Amino acid sequence: MTVLGNLALWLALLVGVWGALAGFVGGRQARSDLAYSARRAVFAMCGALLVAVFALEWALFQHDFNVEYVAAYTSRNLPIFYTWSALYAGQKGSLLFWATVLSLFGSLALVLTPRRHSDLLPTVAGVVALVASFFISVMLFGHANPFQRLPYTPLDGSGLNPQLQNPGMVFHPPMLYLGYISITIPFAFAIAALLSKRLDADWLVAIRKWTLLSWLFLSIGICLGMWWAYVELGWGGYWAWDPVENASLLPWLTMTAFLHSVMVQEKRGMLKKWNLALIIGSWLLSIFGTFITRSGVISSVHSFTQSSVGYFFLAFLLVAAAASFTLYATRLPLLTAETQLESMVSREASFLFNNLLLIGIAFSVLWGTLFPILSELVQGTKVTVGPPFFNQVNVPLGLALLALTGIGPLIAWRRASLPNLRRQFAVPATAGGLTLLVLLVGGMRDLDALLAIALGGFVTATIVQEFARGTRARHRQYGEAYVFAFARLLARNRRRYGGYIVHTGMVILFVAFAGMAFKTETEATLRPGESASLKSPYGYTYAFTHLGISQYDALNRQVTAATVEVRRNGKLLGILAPEKRQHVDGLGRPTFQPSTEPGIMSLLREDLYVVFGGTVDGTEQAVFRFTINPLVWWVWYGGMIVALGGLIVMWPGGGSPAARRAQAGYAVRLVGEKP
Amino acid sequence: MTRRYDATWYVGRRDFLVLGAGTFLSVVASWRRTTQQPDSLPGTGPAGRLWDPARAGRPLPPVTAADNDAAIQVIEKQIHCTCGCNLDVYTCRTTDFTCTVSPAMHQRVLALAHQGRSGQQILDQFVRENGIAILMAPPKRGFNLAGYFVPSVTIVVAGVALTLVLRRWVRAARPAAQPAPRGDAGATPEELARLRRELERLPS
Repeated sequence: MTVLGNLALWLALLVGVWGALAGFVGGRQARSDLAYSARRAVFAMCGALLVAVFALEWALFQHDFNVEYVAAYTSRNLPIFYTWSALYAGQKGSLLFWATVLSLFGSLALVLTPRRHSDLLPTVAGVVALVASFFISVMLFGHANPFQRLPYTPLDGSGLNPQLQNPGMVFHPPMLYLGYISITIPFAFAIAALLSKRLDADWLVAIRKWTLLSWLFLSIGICLGMWWAYVELGWGGYWAWDPVENASLLPWLTMTAFLHSVMVQEKRGMLKKWNLALIIGSWLLSIFGTFITRSGVISSVHSFTQSSVGYFFLAFLLVAAAASFTLYATRLPLLTAETQLESMVSREASFLFNNLLLIGIAFSVLWGTLFPILSELVQGTKVTVGPPFFNQVNVPLGLALLALTGIGPLIAWRRASLPNLRRQFAVPATAGGLTLLVLLVGGMRDLDALLAIALGGFVTATIVQEFARGTRARHRQYGEAYVFAFARLLARNRRRYGGYIVHTGMVILFVAFAGMAFKTETEATLRPGESASLKSPYGYTYAFTHLGISQYDALNRQVTAATVEVRRNGKLLGILAPEKRQHVDGLGRPTFQPSTEPGIMSLLREDLYVVFGGTVDGTEQAVFRFTINPLVWWVWYGGMIVALGGLIVMWPGGGSPAARRAQAGYAVRLVGEKP
Repeated sequence: MTRRYDATWYVGRRDFLVLGAGTFLSVVASWRRTTQQPDSLPGTGPAGRLWDPARAGRPLPPVTAADNDAAIQVIEKQIHCTCGCNLDVYTCRTTDFTCTVSPAMHQRVLALAHQGRSGQQILDQFVRENGIAILMAPPKRGFNLAGYFVPSVTIVVAGVALTLVLRRWVRAARPAAQPAPRGDAGATPEELARLRRELERLPS
């Protein structure tokens, strides 16, 4: 199978190089034969890479430990889910996964894009083939071939890192990869539009679904990563501003900025230069993230093993950035706005300030991530840039962004009048003020948390007001019952109201993040029968009683579990069983990779998080860390609501914008808008 | 059960029930309680000894009051653990209790605190011994100021620049803006005023 895999990789590379050449030349010279060939080349490359993936999965499932990758990431007793996910657990396999999914997305884009954009497709095929060929080249020439064989065959493999043996492993990395990879499709369309000089809003229509898809995958991937870190790593948090976490946040921020500013281009024909720069920048940031993860240039717990692969990515990043922005610069004269900004107090202007903040946050995250390297270059000493730095810089920016999330939708397009503003802001501003007052009276004094929750109240009121007005308008115009009016309002204007649902999810996330300001924790050594107590920010007293320790064997691990009884104000809530695990290979030999599984009890208001540290002198006397994390469950709820809103926005159908506006209760056409 | 002419088997209802009952009984008969491995041996001290202490990781010392001292935790949250985890000393030593570096750094913090040193003096001592990278965030002096202020200053400058550009765009747009042709709509000034009022009432 490794021979088949190698052959498939070489075939994919050759076909990919041809596809890139044929695509660019075919697009430039408008030669249909080359365009057709480029399209077929992307399909063929996809087929060859799928064969390579099949060959690697075959080797993984057959436990062919003569293959270095199989021996490094699996063992005979690894559960079947994780054997499958070993495909992307290591550097080499993830490169293959990346190239395969890219060629698959490229093929889908070529098949699904409507014919009216057909003149862009040869170049799109060329860009996809070029990028995928780069990834295949790294595998073949960068000592990253997943089919490389060992000179001997070990009896068993090393197995998957215990911390990767979590359901999060099956879903989180693929989601993030899908997010990163799918940005290539909008990027390819942007390059095609730049090369063909077709820079009207038409290419934006072709990429709308792809940008949303990419943003959705990134959002889900980031949230799943937070959940995984929380339930698996045992430090009681979900975001540590690690360089690799930051690398995933960067393209998400720029894509979010794009999804807002693209509305201005679609509605008013403005911000063409900005939108193109955002798409190119997002793609470059996705490659930058890959570089950070794989180069080892910045220390991170998530990084793959340091290898020469990083240099390939750095060179590719620099060449791609130079080529893209040179092309962009040559087309700047063609990117003039069709209309002009009429007022500083308009939706367009508010979107620009929203973009400023999103890009500002992205810049500060990038700056903080790279500052250790910069410091070493300038002052010769490496510094550590950890959470205190990022929180100090980004929390105020995040709060300003939350405020704009509420302000933006309240301001009219083109020009907002004073009476209009007064009418729009009255309820939300009152709601925000009242929330702040209640919190202050309740005794909350943490400034960041106060602002986050008060602004959350303001934005929530904005969203409720928008839904209420839209529903009322439908009820008045069509005589629909309020429930149906609400449902149809959402169904027939998915983009707008789906967007508000995303905003709701973001509000929940911000409020939940604020909850971590009130985290309480304690360490304790307990004998069986002894208890430790901890007071929560809501005033409850939790008692944790150590009942005893059990030891048993599971599939690929030896488990030592503590049993802890939890009571709130004396009332029994349940039992938690945090574990310490020693993993063994298929022959029962220890892999010397211990792991700790926290016991978590998720309540609506707070999470009880128990880590079993170990025992004292081999007795049942155990060391624990007890933590109360307020509002953590709402981080996952918020993430789900963001994903739901994203799905609603990108759900197909809904009719033309004008029809949607009429169906949503607004039978008004903007001046100059074509019917 | 009877064998058919084509070598297949005919199974009657009674046969089927007998087969089913037999299978069920054989499964019940073969079931045995899983042998529970011993977990702890009671009666060997204030707490029972573990069956295999090595499985529970390295033995830990009991938690002391100093481990929960908020002032110590504040200091440790500013010190970078050097085990490669990218976490601060407090978080690392209480995350999964497998690290051996962070407990040693914790002991060093405690030793310095017992000498009567203040939080800042302890941090300074760590910097002297390990370099500036031992701090979770660089101190606000020299080139490090750029680390803290470049993002904020850039955003403020970009915000001011954006405001100025927008103002210029708005000014440039004013002379170009033409009044809407009145005759096209065939509406009276009163009707237009009413339309404007209605439009303002609509959510944007």
